[in-house]
Amino acid sequence: MGNAQTLERARAALGTLEHSVRDERDGLATLALSTATLGQALEALKTRAGFETPTLITAIDWLGTREPRFDVVHQLLSLAHNDRLRLVTPVAEDQRVPTATHLWPGAAYMERECYDMFGLVFEGHAGLKRLLMPEEYGWHPLRKDFPHQGIEPDRIYREWDRKRRAEWHPEEAR
Amino acid sequence: MGSLKPVQETDGGSFLATRIDELVNWGRKNSLWPMPLGLSCCGIELMAMIGPKFDISRFGAEAARFSPRQCDLLVVAGTLTWKMATAARLIYDQMPEPKWVIAMGVCSSSGGMYDSYAVVQGVDSILPVDVYVPGCPPRPDAVIDAILKLQKKIEREHPLARLLGGTTLADERGSGQLTHQPNGAVPKTKFDLHPHDPRARR
Amino acid sequence: MTTQTFEYQPGSALHDQDDPLHGELMQLEMGPQHPATHGVLRLSMKLDGETMRGVEPVVGYLHRGKEKTCESLGWAKFFPHTDRLDYVQPLMNNVGYALALEKLAGLAVPERGEIIRVLLMEVSRIAAHLIYLGTTAIDLGAVSMFFATFKERENIYTILDAYTGHRMNNTYVRIGGVFADVDEKVEDLLREFLARMPAEIDSWESMLSGNRIWYDRNRNVGVLTKEQALGLALTGPNLRGAGVEHDLRKVQPYSGYERYDFDIPVGTIGDCYDRYLVRVEEMRQSVRIATQALALLKETRGGEFLAEDRRYVLPPKDKVHTSMEELIFQFKIVTDLRLPAGQCYHGIESSKGELGFFVVSDGTSKPVRCHIRSPGLMNVQAIPPLAEGRLFSDMVALIGSLDFVMGEVDR
Repeated sequence: MGNAQTLERARAALGTLEHSVRDERDGLATLALSTATLGQALEALKTRAGFETPTLITAIDWLGTREPRFDVVHQLLSLAHNDRLRLVTPVAEDQRVPTATHLWPGAAYMERECYDMFGLVFEGHAGLKRLLMPEEYGWHPLRKDFPHQGIEPDRIYREWDRKRRAEWHPEEAR
Repeated sequence: MGSLKPVQETDGGSFLATRIDELVNWGRKNSLWPMPLGLSCCGIELMAMIGPKFDISRFGAEAARFSPRQCDLLVVAGTLTWKMATAARLIYDQMPEPKWVIAMGVCSSSGGMYDSYAVVQGVDSILPVDVYVPGCPPRPDAVIDAILKLQKKIEREHPLARLLGGTTLADERGSGQLTHQPNGAVPKTKFDLHPHDPRARR
Repeated sequence: MTTQTFEYQPGSALHDQDDPLHGELMQLEMGPQHPATHGVLRLSMKLDGETMRGVEPVVGYLHRGKEKTCESLGWAKFFPHTDRLDYVQPLMNNVGYALALEKLAGLAVPERGEIIRVLLMEVSRIAAHLIYLGTTAIDLGAVSMFFATFKERENIYTILDAYTGHRMNNTYVRIGGVFADVDEKVEDLLREFLARMPAEIDSWESMLSGNRIWYDRNRNVGVLTKEQALGLALTGPNLRGAGVEHDLRKVQPYSGYERYDFDIPVGTIGDCYDRYLVRVEEMRQSVRIATQALALLKETRGGEFLAEDRRYVLPPKDKVHTSMEELIFQFKIVTDLRLPAGQCYHGIESSKGELGFFVVSDGTSKPVRCHIRSPGLMNVQAIPPLAEGRLFSDMVALIGSLDFVMGEVDR
């Protein structure tokens, strides 16, 4: 796949934007960016390096093992050059991440999922709300300090059920 | 879970009443119209059961109407999540009496392999269940076996007594109250509470 | 004689005086329980008469917390969970996950193991496309297709039952290969099935492709352009239907796919009919690949199907009971499987698109992150732009042709 060529092309597209190269275990070309440079980098990579489609946008929670806490990972695919590029951006807990939805509409759900699962807010995303958990959920499940079995998983259902019984089955209250 | 007394031992067993009961039960058990609540993988096996090889039409049950108002057997096939739980309960409530529930697969029986923050640990936390079918997914034969067991259970019901105001469905089959507490919902000791849990502050 | 056409605008003078909505849009909730949403998907739509103006899919009704579960369970114990992702093609998901882990570990799968994997993947692809064909057809009214395709699926189930012991959710793939070898009885069943399939596919095409109703309901419905498809991060038959020749089995081959001779069907217009044709042709190509794999299987009879690396692969059970080293390896792998530290992504061409596993390990036995790149989620995302301005009955055709499975969408 020629990861050296991928890196060359990507770095050429990024130009003066601050970035660094990371060596990853699977040999995929990986660049480390910061939230300040990420937005422009994504635009440059789409328009100048030929990355027509995003593969994934996700996050990793490194709670306790390092600061900043999160890593936002973007992975792009270029059909013309048949290669992939990964971008890793360290993000602190209350920091906002630039969105990619103006470049690729398909990033909308990916970013909503990151918000839902990690609590990362994407700046510029029109309609950033929860994707997988109910709207009123209140927790961010994939964070490392959230227990696997959840916290009050049936809270929303119980509240709904209380209202339902009060309204439709008042005789059960006695 | 409901009484399983054999037909002969019930009181109020006049000849006519038991015959009417038998007739009504025979009609009901041989025309169980399933409401397939096909949530995940078990839904595919449910479709296979409706398909040509396993064919629940032999048992009068091929009229799988997708509206709960027209069905009497709710087959909860697949994992129920808490987000879906309100919809499932609404579907159950919309079904007219008499109605029965088969919990197909381990996910709906007990939460299955998912002991996570989003999965209901058994659909009997929110609905009364008549037959549980283990398996991940259970073979269609196993679900047909469940339908047969349900038919035997229906044979033991007393619809005439219920009609004449003696008993209620809840008396016969158990109520829809929680039979066991769902996952993590009610901590048994204060040490079971997670530090982030709001109840820990008390 | 002149004909007059009326352009209906809500709130216009042609608007019905008795309209109870007074020209407003009607909100209709489709799902989460609905026969035609192919699982628990809720579509919240605003209707202007029969025209859809604004569809919002609400997903998450089957979110089981799989990514969190991987972090709690560990790498090896997560295999059964991968089955239940796209549950119409369980073995394909297994292979995708195993490939990502093997890439991270730097483990090579022996040749026979790769051939068996390809065979299982292609049979799963046929099974998945059969579900697509059966359910989409029955939603659009062609009820016999449902029974015909499910009859074929039962044949696939018989083969998988004979091989793995279970009809679906088999979990038969391990890190380093497959769990057990394919014996002659299974080979015979496969051969007979694959020999019969082309004629069956032809018979289904004859039922549907020239059918006036099928054509009218699918032609020019849900047209996707190339740029739109790429912008929506679509892959698989949805992308190929739009005219982009991109199949991971050809451009980034894995598991020995470069050895097989097959074609990639590509559509022209990018509508539902094109996607249907692409999937039917893919079934034929899958039969072709599987036949070649079966021939290769005969050549490599007696070969290794599971790698021997005792850091990741369980030793054979009879040795575990007799040899001390094997017992220690068994114990270590079951309780404490470690993968080298690092990040790794591997994508495979599943029947819905690019199914990818992004695994992050820190060298301990507790995974840091296992993200599942789900093609179904992107397919669901394509519903709103394609449904905009179309009639309500096209929604059913769209949902069927975009082909997603909620187990994968919600994970």
